This record gives sequence, structure tokens and C-alpha cells, in this order.
Amino acid sequence: MAGAKEIRSKIKSIQSTQKITKAMEMVAASKMRKALERMQAARPYAIKIRNVISHLAHAHTDYRSPGLVERELKRVGLIIISTDRGLCGGLNSNLFRITIGAMQQWRVQGVEVDLCVVGTKAFQFFRRLRGNIVAHIAHLGDAPRFEDVLGPVKIMADAFTEGRIDAIYLVYNEFVNTMSQKPRIERLFPVTSEVKGTAPRHSDDTYEPDITSRIPAGTVLPAHPWDYIYEPAPEELIELLLRRYGESVVYQALAENVACEMAARMVAMKSASDNAGTLIDELQLIYNKARQASITQELAEIVGGAAAV
Amino acid sequence: MAMTLHVDIVSAEKELFSGPAEMVVAPGELGELGILPRHSQLLTRLKPGQVRIRLLGGEEQLFYVSGGLLEVQPHVVTILSDTAERAKDLDESAAQAARQRAEQAIGDHRSEFEFARAKAELAEAIAQLQAIEKMRKLRKSG
Repeated sequence: MAGAKEIRSKIKSIQSTQKITKAMEMVAASKMRKALERMQAARPYAIKIRNVISHLAHAHTDYRSPGLVERELKRVGLIIISTDRGLCGGLNSNLFRITIGAMQQWRVQGVEVDLCVVGTKAFQFFRRLRGNIVAHIAHLGDAPRFEDVLGPVKIMADAFTEGRIDAIYLVYNEFVNTMSQKPRIERLFPVTSEVKGTAPRHSDDTYEPDITSRIPAGTVLPAHPWDYIYEPAPEELIELLLRRYGESVVYQALAENVACEMAARMVAMKSASDNAGTLIDELQLIYNKARQASITQELAEIVGGAAAV
Repeated sequence: MAMTLHVDIVSAEKELFSGPAEMVVAPGELGELGILPRHSQLLTRLKPGQVRIRLLGGEEQLFYVSGGLLEVQPHVVTILSDTAERAKDLDESAAQAARQRAEQAIGDHRSEFEFARAKAELAEAIAQLQAIEKMRKLRKSG
């Protein structure tokens, strides 16, 4: 009989792997739920600050922030948000694939790229690629705090205001649903026209908001040219606002990426556990057959021996 | 008809308040501000302090903000509150740390070696399972 013992030990080892993958699946599922809550909790701030910026883009301000004006690209900053740990299916590799695609396009156009990587996976990958990594944070855990994003955003935003880089892009995974996550590249600065919004709908000053519903994006603004009263100076305030905006978008992306990581891991671990289960069943069958065969053979030998006497 | 304001107070990590109000009092950087409906557009920084909202019935609600930004449109007040007290040097030190981490990590090849190895072993086991599963399917169909 073909190694009943070997089959048994193989089954044992697969069983222990299955135990691990099952545990990881359950942990990921519960973490995903929490990550989704955090992601949703961060949304109102992002929406509101977008609103304010879209208002700002339509105000008749003397001061034009570099964050609102397009310039020619010579060097771009890329903030890449990845996970710290692996075993989450193709999440990171899909993200890196589109990143490399974008980087290659820039290289063709003669645009240089500075990288700010979040998470060890992106760091390892782009170090091997010899990317120009200017900042790196990792080990943010499953509940990233808002403070965590301040460092990398500051490095990039400072470089942007000083004119060392001409645009900042953000790369992260968008959470579509548990089964699918979509890698995305988004421009953070200069603020895209999508964020700035289209020209406001005009109305007269007697506008009364419908207080039962939330004020939607692109709130109706007065028709005549207007500007804010700034306290203190407009430069300071607008820069502060844009900085906060950047931080909030990056934080949101970070929260979203955690949810993606957990969802992807959950799915990957589930399929691994399933595979292990079917494999164990199959091996068990082979093992039983082998065992029976060996018993039959032994019996035959005994009977044959008895007959020979 | 009563004039109302729509007030939103949000912090980066959650929404604190959203709804109609009669008046908002907020600690602006250059002094306390009382905002009534049809206030002209205003953008200011907030000091740490209390935001008072007078609701439609005249009832008041208090919030504490540790700084942030206040935007006023004639009928909409938005307060973007900071989550924690922040100082310039805090941002600076966070930036420093991120920069240093990059430099250090580029030089260091051995960190997290043990963990990485354990993980690699598990990944290998899972990959084996996947491969076997695929082979099995192929054999069945073929």
C-alpha cells in the first residue's frame, strides 16, 4: 500500500493550514466591518471641505493659490497607499501595475516622479524598482489616525508650494464592494475641475435652503461677483484650507485602503480554506482506499497461508 | 417666515452636527463671531473653544472644537474642525519622521525578517493548495 502514513501526515499539515486560513478569514471579516465604519465616518468632512473649495474656486479672490492653478508638468509627486501585510490576493499588485503604467507614461513625456509610499508593500516594491522614494510611513495598523497622514502630506505639499513638484497624485484602492476593489489614480493638487465644480447655478439673494434636506454639493451661490471676508489674510487661509483638503483626501484613501485590504484578505482566505477542504476530502478518500486495500491484502495473505498448510 | 441657517460641524473622523439653526457663535481667530442668517461670505480660522448653536426652538447646543476652519455662506455655515490640537512643530516632526523612515528603511534589508519568513511559508502553503486545485480542475475537464 502506498504510504498510508504519508497521506495521513499530509492531511494533518493541510488541516493546520486550513485552521490558519479560516482564522484569518474571520479576523479579516470583522476588521473589514470596522474599517467600513471608519471609512463612512470620514466621509462628511471630505464632502464638506470639497464644497468649501468649490465655493472658493468661484469666489472672486485676488489671491490665486498655486493649488488651484494648472502648471506644466516637469516633476510629479506620487502618494502610493498600499498595505503593510500581504496575503490579500492581487490587491497590491493590481495597484502597482497601474502605478507603473502611469509612471511609464510620465517617463515618456520626460516627467520625473517623486514617490511617497505608505505601507511596507509599496516600499519594498518601489525600492526594488529604484524609484525615488522621498518619504515612507508604515505600520499604521488597522485603524489609521488622522495624525498619521500629516507627515507625508506635508512633505509633498511643501514641495508643491515651493515649486519643486508640479502636481501631486494619489494612488489607492477604491472599495467597490467586498468582492471587488478598484485601483485608482487621482490628482490631488492642483485641484481638479471635478472638485472645483462647474459654474454655480445662479439665483437671487432671497434663496431659502430647504432645511429638511442636506445642502448638496454645488450649493446655489449669489449671482453677483462676491468674495469672502477673510480673517486673517486670504493667502494663509486658502493655503490652510487646501492643506486640510489634501490631508482629508489622503486620510479617506487610507481608510478606504484598509477596508479593501480586509475585504481582499477575507476573500483570498476563504478560497484558500475551501481549497484545503476539498483537498482534505480527497486525500481522506485515497487514504481510506489504501487502508482497505492493505487489510484485504493481509487477509488474502493469511487465507493463502492457511490454505497452503 | 423664520430665517434659518444650515449648520454642519464635521471633524476628519466623524460628523458632529448637521441641521438647521437660528444662530451660531464660534471662536474665530480674531475674536468671537456670532453668525445669523444672510451673513455675508466669510472664511476664518478657529481657535480652540466652544461653538454654540441656537437651534430652531431657541434651545442651545454646545460643541468643543480644537481649532479648524469656518466657512459662511448666506444660509450655510460649515465648520471644519481639527481632530486634535495641532501645532506647526507637530506637522514638522511628522514630516521629519516620514523622511527618516524612508532613508533608514532603504539602508536596512533585514528588518522584519522572521515575520516575513513565517508569512512566506504560509503563502507557499496557500499557493500549493491553489495549484493543486487548479490541476485537479484541469484533469477533470481534460
